[in-house]
Amino acid sequence: MIELISASRCTGCNICVTACPTNVFDAVPGGPPVVARQGDCQTCFMCELYCPEDALFVAPSADQPVQVSEEALRQGALLGSYRKAVGWGRGRTSTASGDFSYHLLQRA
Amino acid sequence: MGSRDFNPTPLSNAAGAQQHDVDVLVIGGGPAGTWAAISAAARGARVLLADKGYCGTSGATAPSGTGVWYVDPQGTRREEAKASRYDLGGRLAEQAWMDRVLDQTWANMQQLAEWGYPFPVGEDGEQRRTSLQGPEYMRLMRKRAKEAGVRILDHSPALELLVDEEGTVCGATGQHRQTLEPWVVRAGAVVIATGGCAFLSRALGCNVLTGDGHLMAAEVGADFSGMEFSNAYGLSAAFASVTKSLFYQWASFYYEDGGVIEGAGSAFGRSLIAKTLQTQRVFARLDKADDQIKAWMRAAQPNFFLPFDRNGLDPFTQRFPVTLRLEGTVRGTGGLRIAGQDCATSVPGLYAAGDAATRELICGAFTGGGSHNAAWALSSGFWAGAGAAGFARSNGHRASRAVLRAGGAGLQGTGSERTDNEALIQAVQAEVFPYERNWFRRGDVLQDSLSRLDALWARLRQAAPADRQQAVRAREAAALLAHSRWMYRSALARKETRGMHRRQEHGTADPSQRHRLLSGGLDEIWVSREAVA
Repeated sequence: MIELISASRCTGCNICVTACPTNVFDAVPGGPPVVARQGDCQTCFMCELYCPEDALFVAPSADQPVQVSEEALRQGALLGSYRKAVGWGRGRTSTASGDFSYHLLQRA
Repeated sequence: MGSRDFNPTPLSNAAGAQQHDVDVLVIGGGPAGTWAAISAAARGARVLLADKGYCGTSGATAPSGTGVWYVDPQGTRREEAKASRYDLGGRLAEQAWMDRVLDQTWANMQQLAEWGYPFPVGEDGEQRRTSLQGPEYMRLMRKRAKEAGVRILDHSPALELLVDEEGTVCGATGQHRQTLEPWVVRAGAVVIATGGCAFLSRALGCNVLTGDGHLMAAEVGADFSGMEFSNAYGLSAAFASVTKSLFYQWASFYYEDGGVIEGAGSAFGRSLIAKTLQTQRVFARLDKADDQIKAWMRAAQPNFFLPFDRNGLDPFTQRFPVTLRLEGTVRGTGGLRIAGQDCATSVPGLYAAGDAATRELICGAFTGGGSHNAAWALSSGFWAGAGAAGFARSNGHRASRAVLRAGGAGLQGTGSERTDNEALIQAVQAEVFPYERNWFRRGDVLQDSLSRLDALWARLRQAAPADRQQAVRAREAAALLAHSRWMYRSALARKETRGMHRRQEHGTADPSQRHRLLSGGLDEIWVSREAVA
């Protein structure tokens, strides 16, 4: 579930409020959005992909909230790690061109 | 069959602050919905697409990766591809539909390449088009829809269909999820592309998929096919949402004490996993993957590794607990019955595409998701969009006709007490999640569940209408409940084991039941037979 909106990274662009398919966030005038309905989060990680600042973190725990530490996530290079893995963001190339599913489908 | 199941109320002029008038309304913005919208726009239709979430991230495909049933027409490959799943699907698929889906998928994947989807390139320099990465695919589809002139309403769940006095579908109403502002779209035809129903199981991307379109369609008299093929469960780490069964082909499965569960597997040994999970935890480790496979996996599905990397777990060397999450008709094959090659439903003006429609025509009683479903989404979406555009054009757009609201459960009701939607959702989940009820079905257990589900429906129909804050949730809850009853009524009628439908007391396929089961209705649910062509 979504666990973190980094106040220091967030620019208040509210892209996550728009991009979240289950409407988990609420915009707040003049500040970062808030996670208003965490229980509706489906742990799909899409908000992370659409956040241009790598300010969001979705913990893998799908059924219940967990505690996260922004400092630890930063040190572990986990903020923005999924966006990097799919090659989204300025100066990156989509990794869809390196999708080796065809090898796996042949072997499965 | 085909009878309407609602007490229509006229649409007043003040019904919505936001009013739209278009040729084709597409409800749902996943692969099927976006293909439908683009296809309708290409035929000159004015198109509006309303998504419950955000078109581009919504649905089962966007956060995932999917294989595609993309098969070279040269040589014997297509014959082999058709044959390989025919028996697995209980011989309910139809050759002509498989052929046309393979043809249309071939063409649409070529179209995606021309639009710039970055397909991987093999050593021979040729693109490999047998899979799509969800985020990239759906970002591209949104962009192409907008470029085609499609108007997209995000966070705009539809609540009910509109019909004219003859019962022809002519639009929908809904509300914006964030502003609660109501909207009304009058349309010459409507495409339902709302996906299947996964009962809010938190399977990857599936919580927007609550069967809303099925409910709306049933209210105007549309019927279903194959609703007994609705008990797909996806394998995932127990704590996670990522249901990506393909990679578990390289897994071994273990008891808690470390002993191997002999015969357990992702493809053919999944029943054993479901059985074991009824009494104890099951663990997996991807220990059959060599270094080459591991590297391919990482590049193929970055999302598969998120739950592991973020928990400091190495799935190749460490055992982790697994679960089976219900994916219902998302990766089942049942859905709205397709009444024509243009993906018309049995109701004039209403079309269906993707997982909202039955996929029995190409994969019968079984699909593992991906592959066939992905091919079906882009083919049926393409046809439904074209069909709806043609219907809107030939049927005329009669602005003067009387327009009636078709929504029932949760929107209408004479009682004074409101429904507790969360309690209703949990009550439905308690009947459809348990493996001992839904994975392994038995007549008396199905009856037992149905007695409670029918009582819940009767109570819901008596309850007070939901207020604006709760309207969307109320319709989701009603849709889950309706879905569970079509599922179990159909499951009860199929007294055999075929495809994913397993009856404990009828453990084999019965040749005399090689037919489809149609169903429909809301207050009274009916089931009937249809021959396979």
